[in-house]
Amino acid sequence: MSAQRIIDIKNLTVSFNTYTGTLQAVRGIDLHLKQGEVLAIVGESGCGKTVTAKAVMRLLPTPQAVIGNDSEITFAGKNLLSFTESEMAKIRGKEISMIFQDPMTSLNPTMKIGEQIAESLIIHQNQSRQQANSQALAMLELVKIPNARRRLKQYPFEFSGGMRQRVMIAIALACNPKVLIADEPTTALDVTIQVQIMNLIKDLQQKLNQGIILITHDLGVVASVADRVVVMYAGKIVEEGTVDEIFYQPKHPYTFALLKSIPKLNTNNQEKLYSLAGTPPELINPPLGCPFAARCEFGMKVCRVKYPVIVNFTDSHQGYCWLYHEKADRTGLPVQFLQGVESSAQ
Amino acid sequence: MPNKEVLLQVKNLKKYFKVGRKEILKAVDDVSFDIYRGETLGLVGESGCGKTTCGKTVLGLYDATGGEVLFDGTNIHQLNTREKKEFTKRAQIIFQDPYSSLNQRMTVGDIIGEGIDIHRLYRGQERQDKIYELLDTVGLNPGHIFRFPHEFSGGQRQRIGIARALAVEPDFIVCDEPISALDVSVQAQIVNLLTELQETKGLAYLFIAHDLSMIKYISDRVGVMYLGTLVEFTRSDQLYKKPLHPYTKALLSAIPIPDPIVERRKETIPIEGEIASPINPEPGCRFASRCELAQEICRNKPPLREVADQHLVACHMVR
Ligand SMILES: Nc1ncnc2c1ncn2[C@@H]1O[C@H](COP(=O)(O)OP(=O)(O)O)[C@@H](O)[C@H]1O
Ligand SMILES: Nc1ncnc2c1ncn2[C@@H]1O[C@H](COP(=O)(O)OP(=O)(O)O)[C@@H](O)[C@H]1O
Ligand code: SF4
Ligand SMILES: [Mg+2]
Ligand SMILES: [Mg+2]
Repeated sequence: MSAQRIIDIKNLTVSFNTYTGTLQAVRGIDLHLKQGEVLAIVGESGCGKTVTAKAVMRLLPTPQAVIGNDSEITFAGKNLLSFTESEMAKIRGKEISMIFQDPMTSLNPTMKIGEQIAESLIIHQNQSRQQANSQALAMLELVKIPNARRRLKQYPFEFSGGMRQRVMIAIALACNPKVLIADEPTTALDVTIQVQIMNLIKDLQQKLNQGIILITHDLGVVASVADRVVVMYAGKIVEEGTVDEIFYQPKHPYTFALLKSIPKLNTNNQEKLYSLAGTPPELINPPLGCPFAARCEFGMKVCRVKYPVIVNFTDSHQGYCWLYHEKADRTGLPVQFLQGVESSAQ
Repeated sequence: MPNKEVLLQVKNLKKYFKVGRKEILKAVDDVSFDIYRGETLGLVGESGCGKTTCGKTVLGLYDATGGEVLFDGTNIHQLNTREKKEFTKRAQIIFQDPYSSLNQRMTVGDIIGEGIDIHRLYRGQERQDKIYELLDTVGLNPGHIFRFPHEFSGGQRQRIGIARALAVEPDFIVCDEPISALDVSVQAQIVNLLTELQETKGLAYLFIAHDLSMIKYISDRVGVMYLGTLVEFTRSDQLYKKPLHPYTKALLSAIPIPDPIVERRKETIPIEGEIASPINPEPGCRFASRCELAQEICRNKPPLREVADQHLVACHMVR
């Protein structure tokens, strides 16, 4: 895929001023999204996924959140970070849309569902009330809400969690945005509903050729929908690659550990799960060296004192880890780690 | 399973809630299973299908609307106060949400010590030593004893909950989604802790979850619930190798597997629509409205019957 980059993030840093000091939530990340691709961002809670997404949407709270002076978030050739709030308001919901984990907090509880969808169309697309109403109906049908006509007149509380998430998708897609950011869109939902929602997002994306940034901690969902994966840890990107590179050729010990700690359906009950001891570091005064060093079973002296340099494994696969330095001693590393992990597909 | 001695027997258990003047919510409706000593029985199903209610009724935290729960042969819904106390010592629960299930105003030491005091297990120095031992068992530091729950991460709070349950030296623990709120790497830590404890202490678990790969990994046998009823019940490897109930099949095919090649080749069996309401449900198979195989006969309630060795299914269409 050599499609164009529709979002290009360069050296993004976000810190929060808190009572106890400056919390460095995102610490200089480079990230891009190409037209028509699904990019997954994974990593444990607190690693900076939502903050990154909200930085793109310019939805971070001010003045607490401070974005670095030389950070850039380029969308369609323009740096969003230099936009005024009113310029940004034209982008949000129209060019870039976001859906959140809990649809209830982002829907207006006092407004009928149909009106909420129509409103976005009236604001962003200058549609007449009548046009907007009929498109709202079409949108609900697109996201497969049964009895859509009746549902338009209902309030959010009359919808189940899965239905609300569909409504959010309908609103997010109403203006046919170029980019959709979905932050844990199915985490609160059951697996059968989760599949319906993910299939819906994927179908619509293929129809409309959007770029999607999908934030999730569910590696199963990543395997099933992502084209590319970014692995974050303590405000940094530690590895990125195509979905196959990340799952079958993980290079960073954190990625490797993450993949090993989930049981697969063919994992034997007698085997112990691989478990990573400890927790990620504090983001107030984060470590100078590799953020994973304290938990890394392959760590070396250099890891604690110096941040690892970028390693390019392929054109699409990068990571930050000292193990790949020419002077590193790689004897004793597990075979799968060096040679890759096999798929369990028959 | 080393010694298949039944510890807990659940017979035709029902738990209904009155939710309106004439509306009855059948949260658990005629569920039967048993749990062996030292085994892990997994209970899976989508939210609202009655897993928590079932777990709580099994522990006597809810009265049963019908049916019975026999623990070591004794009906736990007919205990006097002294017997009830003895039962709570032997049967404990760990909750999904370690944030809200711990008393925020008590220190970790007091949270763990509470059960020891209630049951007068240890006093003075012995009590203190026991608390230190429990902290160590669940992987916390002695220094944590005077701290409060809010000072801990999600995984650590779950460890506190486990220590609290272990304090009274139970035989049986209901684990109600103990890892659902935790990060992947922390989930593995907690699951490993629970299995180690089971090996050393011979504990039996009723392990409730909606994550099927984890349930498969941790359980000896698994029950699948749908809208208050048990639709399938068998050994965990058998369930995954040869699921029989249409709902189980769809559920299994729906779990995304963390393996992209498997995912690309996979055929998902779609389930249309959403779970129906448990309020005044239609008689007959609860899955019928979403089931591809449904026929006229499915208007009658399918009994849970053994169709292969130790493999029970409640479906008319399974031969
Ligand atoms: N408004 C805020 N004020 C202070 N700290 C915040 C705020 N929002 C997020 N953080 C911190 O930033 C870090 C990254 O958070 P987030 O991006 O939400 O993580 P996640 O990867 O789970 O989405 C966390 O340490 C979080 O506590
Ligand atoms: N105390 C209660 N009063 C009324 N209804 C309840 C109560 N507890 C649970 N329910 C209902 O019983 C059904 C089963 O709930 P629950 O056992 O919590 O399911 P699960 O744990 O599988 O998600 C749900 O429809 C729920 O709304
Ligand atoms: S840089 Fe060092 S500590 Fe960090 S992941 Fe690589 S080996 Fe481990
Ligand atoms: Mg988040
Ligand atoms: Mg529950």
